[in-house]
Formats: sequence, structure tokens, C-alpha cells
Amino acid sequence: MDVEILSRLQFAGTIMFHYLFPPLSIGLGLQLFLCELAFYRTRNPAWEAAARFWTRVFAVNFAMGVATGIVMEFEFGTNWAAYSRFVGDVFGSALAAEGIFAFFLESGFLAVLVFGWDRVGPKMHLFSTLMVFLGSAFSAVWIVVANSWQQTPAGYHIVWHDVQGEQVPRAEVTDFWAMVFNPSSVDRLTHTLIGALVLGAFFVASVCSFYLLRGRHDAVARRCLSIALPTALLFTLLAGATGHDSAQKLVETQPAKLAAMEAHFETSEEPTGLYLFGWPDAANKKVHFGVQIPRLLSLMVYNDPSRPVPGMDQIPEDARPPVWLPFQTFHLMVGMGTLMIMVAGMACWSWYRGTYGERRWLLWAVVLMPLAAMTANQAGWITAEVGRQPWVVYPSVQNGVEMMGMRTADGLSESVTAQQVLSSIILFGIIYSLLFAVWIFVLNQKIQHGPDSPEELTDYKRRHKEESMSDSIRHGGTAYGGSLMDKETG
Amino acid sequence: MSYELLTFTWFVLLGVLLCGYAILDGFDLGVGILHPFIAKDDRQRRLVMNSIGPLWDGNEVWLVTFGGALFAAFPVAYATVFSSFYTAFFLLLTCLIGRAVSLEFRSKVQSAAWRKTWDFGFFLSSLTAAALLGVAGGNVMAGMELGPRYVYQGSLLSQIYWYPLLIGALTVSLFAMHGAIYLYLKTEDELQARVQRAIHPLFLTFAGLYVVATFATWWHVPHATENIANFPVLWIVPILNALAVLNIPRAMHLNRPGYAFFSSAMVILAFAALFSVAIFPNLMLSTIDPAYSVTLDNARSSQATLGTMLIIAAIGIPCVLSYTVIIYWIFHGKVKLDPNSY
Repeated sequence: MDVEILSRLQFAGTIMFHYLFPPLSIGLGLQLFLCELAFYRTRNPAWEAAARFWTRVFAVNFAMGVATGIVMEFEFGTNWAAYSRFVGDVFGSALAAEGIFAFFLESGFLAVLVFGWDRVGPKMHLFSTLMVFLGSAFSAVWIVVANSWQQTPAGYHIVWHDVQGEQVPRAEVTDFWAMVFNPSSVDRLTHTLIGALVLGAFFVASVCSFYLLRGRHDAVARRCLSIALPTALLFTLLAGATGHDSAQKLVETQPAKLAAMEAHFETSEEPTGLYLFGWPDAANKKVHFGVQIPRLLSLMVYNDPSRPVPGMDQIPEDARPPVWLPFQTFHLMVGMGTLMIMVAGMACWSWYRGTYGERRWLLWAVVLMPLAAMTANQAGWITAEVGRQPWVVYPSVQNGVEMMGMRTADGLSESVTAQQVLSSIILFGIIYSLLFAVWIFVLNQKIQHGPDSPEELTDYKRRHKEESMSDSIRHGGTAYGGSLMDKETG
Repeated sequence: MSYELLTFTWFVLLGVLLCGYAILDGFDLGVGILHPFIAKDDRQRRLVMNSIGPLWDGNEVWLVTFGGALFAAFPVAYATVFSSFYTAFFLLLTCLIGRAVSLEFRSKVQSAAWRKTWDFGFFLSSLTAAALLGVAGGNVMAGMELGPRYVYQGSLLSQIYWYPLLIGALTVSLFAMHGAIYLYLKTEDELQARVQRAIHPLFLTFAGLYVVATFATWWHVPHATENIANFPVLWIVPILNALAVLNIPRAMHLNRPGYAFFSSAMVILAFAALFSVAIFPNLMLSTIDPAYSVTLDNARSSQATLGTMLIIAAIGIPCVLSYTVIIYWIFHGKVKLDPNSY
């Protein structure tokens, strides 16, 4: 295989693996903050037990996110050196801003979140939790901004540089804020962040529903569900709304991607329908086994059921993305989204009626929902990235001038051989498989162990307080006589 | 601000980020290298690991930010360095992942074999990461086989020869010593006594390699001394470096371990400064033809980007420093174990 295919496989594999963790960190971060806020307001030890439990789960996940995230930053330089030289002026600043504004914030305050329970007061701890959540969200902001710029570049111009006698083009920033708020950043950012929040809410709801099924940790589980279920419903609905917004933008900025997502091969005068499912065949420009609702795509994209949507034939042949994969992943994402809205709706209704926990099938449905959310996040990512091909940076038109883009095939490192890439894929394949197994194993252990009961927690805190007293106080006896130590050891 | 001044400012800022990384992650890499030798039972191992528990993650962010800032400020250098060190950097990534998960997963299962495995993983990945950083530094210092259009023409094997290996060994010994002094500050009683016994041989090893590396650089990398020869005021850097090295045993002898830690941090700072002085104005020297070198001028971003980045840094760095101080302050004092520990 050639370097391009291998490098793309490597990037896809490492980013999809990485992308298992940050959405969960962001989503869990919000749930954790809400739990702690509830504890801060009520001082109920059940909330504290919940927050301490989610912190432990969060920490395991966060470590994986950090460890796999550094790989992504390195890969731009190692495998995509030509791309890095072309876009460094633009793309690099977003990446550097992530490091300075987001990454330091989250990893710094993570220390207080995880290790600071008995070292700082509840107010400082709550603040640290918020900072970790905000930090992980800011991370998403800068990364999605950088990625959106590749999809819908803005605020740059092309400058030709003389490199040892050869003219080489480079994208340079002309307007920083136009670069940050390029036509797709806001839509894509809200959709991505909400996707993460959906995952976090369902993750908490899933674990707590599992406890109800097993009849364990009832007090803590019900409290967390009272936060997780409504947020899950709210965010799944918002995910639908923001997804719709993104699709409407797509017809203007990346019509090729939209056509691929819908396997819309031929433009016609007729309004365009929407496939519910099918098996696109790009070679014959057909969709096998397709079930289509007439006019729906026109309605969704233009809010007008009669206006035709441009198809793949409007795109020059050498600039068309693959169709099968974006079509399937897009439909998978939408399907999972619909499923999640239904399950969240039923669960919330059941919760509202006070009957949640009586119907085991509903509990099981909620238990499985994180998989649906994870699938939707991954599928959405594949749709966005494969639908962008063959461009790594889309060409754009600014002030009537067509700007240069960059094809994925032109972004590779020239000095890197297929063999090097293949060995790194094998190395990381092994490492990531092991990591995945260990992650599942440890996560399962944490969940099986569950939160401490509020009584255990109160008891632990009393003992901790005694242990951190100086020896003279501990052995000197209490005001009522007798030694604290004696009481403890019996 | 003029383009030239902006460029120079970013060269210095990158140096600061690299120093921040080397000083902070240096001690936790050192702790990782030392821990199988220093700690004799499970409780001591946990104490050693938890001495860096809340901090290693934030320390590593300095590397991530350095990478991002290099990408933004000198994209050509970023692309060239990272693609030239392809295999070495994938090994480095493996080590960084290995360290993170070894720490995180070690205490999650009550099994001696499980813990032994992660202990070994933690040691090996810390050692290899330190060595690889040094080897990469040695290669950049000596220059690499860059061809036309900054395309690297060497291979992993041409990066592994005596000089980078020597710098790799120097880095390992420096981080091990730095980590030992840090551990001395964070531990008590028997464990601290064991750490103390290790510091002296570690210092002698480091000092020996330091002398050898100094002469080796003089001999093997003639361009390294050009800037010092042209600007004699720069002699202050190697002199301060030597003084900081000598101050370490003095401070330990005076029983002022905090001062010794400060000195070893200054040694790292001086090394970074020496490195910067030696390579300036190149970022990566070509051994094929100096015209193929990656320099500050041909690697930099546009003036607008460097200016915007400077604003980002001016807002961001004070925030970073202030919460770094807060977090180090919250976790100051001797390390204790509690249920949140590793």
C-alpha cells in the first residue's frame, strides 16, 4: 500500500481511538459539576459520594484522553509535513491556543479534582471541577475551530514563498477572527459539544440504571438519574436541532459532502428526496434497496419542499468524495440520534410519573445508550472527515477570488516511507488494543465497585480528620476524657 | 514590533516552554527512572509515584504546548523536525502513553503481578522517553541530513551514533538526579534516607557525563561555539551552568535540599540556553549543505500570526503560571497516601 492510504488509515485509526475519550470527559465533566453543585447546595453526603465516584471514573478516562491526544499533535508533523508547512500559519495558532488556554487549565485543575478532595475546601473543589469541565470544552473549541477551518477556510490568503529557488504556496492569516469564526465553526462546534454532553448524560444514566437493575447503590443512583435523564433528553433534542443547522449550512459550503451523505448522484429539476436507508453504488450512480421519502431533503435543506438540491454531478469528477461511507455513517448517526431521543423521552416520562425502575426493558435500554451515543459521535466524525475528501483543506472563494486548497495526497511527509508508517500502525494497533482492554477492564471494576455509601463516606471523613491531627492532640484525649485513638482501636 | 524582533521573541518563548517542560517533566521522568531502585516495598512505590501524582499531567502539557507553539511560530521547523524524527517520535509517544497509563492503572487491581508489570512499564517508558529526548536534542545540535526543500534524507540509524547517544545518557542522568532531589524533598524517614544515599552517585555520574559531553561538543560540533566566540558576553551561560552544577553537592551538604533542587533546575535552564545559543540562528542545521538548513527566517510564520500568537501568549502565560503556582502550593509538603492516591 502507498504512503497516502497508510497515513490516512493511521490518522483515522488514532483519531477515532482518541475520540472515544474526550467526549466522555466533556460530558462527564458537566455531570460531575452538577453533582458537586448539588452537594455544595444541600451538603447531602449522598451527593458527595456520587461526585467522588464520578471523579474516579473521570480520572481514568481523562488519562486516556491526554495520552492519546499527544499522538494527534505529533502526527501532523510526522506524517503530514507538507500539510503542516502549508497551513502552519493558520492551523498552528489554533493548536497553540488550545495548549495555552485549555490544556493547562484542565490538567492543572484535574489535580485538585482528583487528589484534592481532602486537601481543599468544597468551594475550591467545586471551582476546580468547573475549571476542568471548561478546560475540556475549550479544548474542543480550538480543535473544532482548526478542523472547521480545513472544511470552510476563511480569513487567509495564499502567499508564494521562495524555497531554495522554488515557489511554494502557503496559507497565511489575514483576519484572525474570520479564521476562528469561519462559516462552519459555530455550527460544528455546538453540534460536537452537544454530542459530548449527550454521551456524558447517558453514561451516568446508564451506570445508575444498571445499579437499579442490580438493586445496588439506590440512593446515589436515583440522585444522579434526576440530573442525567433530563439532561440526556435536552441534549439529544439539541443535537437534532444543531445537526439540522449544520446540514443547512453544508449545501452552501460543501455541497459535495451533502450530496455524498445523501447519495444524491444526479441533479434534476424535481425536488430532492431523502433516503431512510440504502446501499449506494457510486460506479453506477444508483442506490440499491433504497427507501426514499420524496421532497424531504429539499424541505430540510432549504425549508422549501420544491427546491432541488445540487447533486454529485455538479462537482468536478476529480473532486468528488467517496459516497458509500459518508452515506452509511451519516444515516447511522441520524438513526442513533432518533433512537436516543425516543429512549430519553420514555425514560424522562417514566421518571416524571415516578415509575422509573419498574420496567426492566427501559432500564436496559438506557444502560445500552452510551454505545448509541458513542456510535453517533464516531459516525458523525467519519461523515465530516470522509465527506471532505479528496481535500485536506477545502478551496474557498473570498471576495470573489478563488483561494487555493490542498489535496490530502499533497499533504504527506516526503521523507517518510510506507514501511515506517506501516510499522507505526502495527505498533499503535497493538498498544491501542491493549489500552482499550485495560480501559474497559478498569472502568468495569470502578463501576462494579460503585460509589461508597453515604455512611461509609462519613465514617472515612471522620477517620481522615483524626489521622491528619497532630499526634499530641490525638493521644492527648478529647475534652470529654479518653483518647480518640483508643476509641478507634477499641 | 518589527518582524525580526517578533521572530526572536518567539525563539526565546519556545526556549522558555522547552525549559518549563524539561524542568518540570524532568523531575517526574527522573522519579520514574529511579523508582524501581529507590522503593523497596509496595507502600514505598506508591509514595514515590504519588509524589508526582497530581503534577505529572500538568508537566507534560508544557511539551504539548511547545509542540503547538512550534507549529504556529515556525511551521517549517515543526514539519521538518517531526517528520525527520518519525520513528524516534513514535517511540517517544509510546513512552508517554506508557507512563500515563502505568501510573493510572497500577493501583486499580489488587494483584502483585499486575503491579509489577505496570511498575516495569513506568520505569522503562520514563527511561526511554528521557533518552529519546536527549538523542533528539543531540541530533538537532549536531545537524542532520536535510536535503532540498527541507526533506530529511537520513534514517533512524543515522540518528543513532555516539554523540546523540552521549547526550541521551547525559539527559537520563540529569533527570535522574533532578528527580532524586525532588524525591528527597517529598519523602521522609527510611525512604528519604534511601533517596539520600542515591543522590551522591547520581551526581557523580551526571558530572562525569557533563564534562565528557562538553568536550565532545567542542570537538564534534564546531559551529556550537561560534556564537559564543562572536559574542563573548555569552560566556556567562556556560559559566553559570558550571556554577549551578557545582552548587548541587554544596547545597545538599549544607542540608538545603530546596536550594539543591533550585540548582538542578538552573542546570536544566542553562543547558536549554546553551542549546539555543549553539543552534541560533538555525533551528535545524543541514549537514549536507548549509543552504538547506531550517533557519529562523525561512521557518517562521507570517508577521500577523506571530503578532496574534504573542497576544495569546501574553494573556495565557500569566494564567498558566498563576494556576501552576496554586496547584504546586496545594500539593506542597511531604507525600501522604490516601484513598485517592495511585
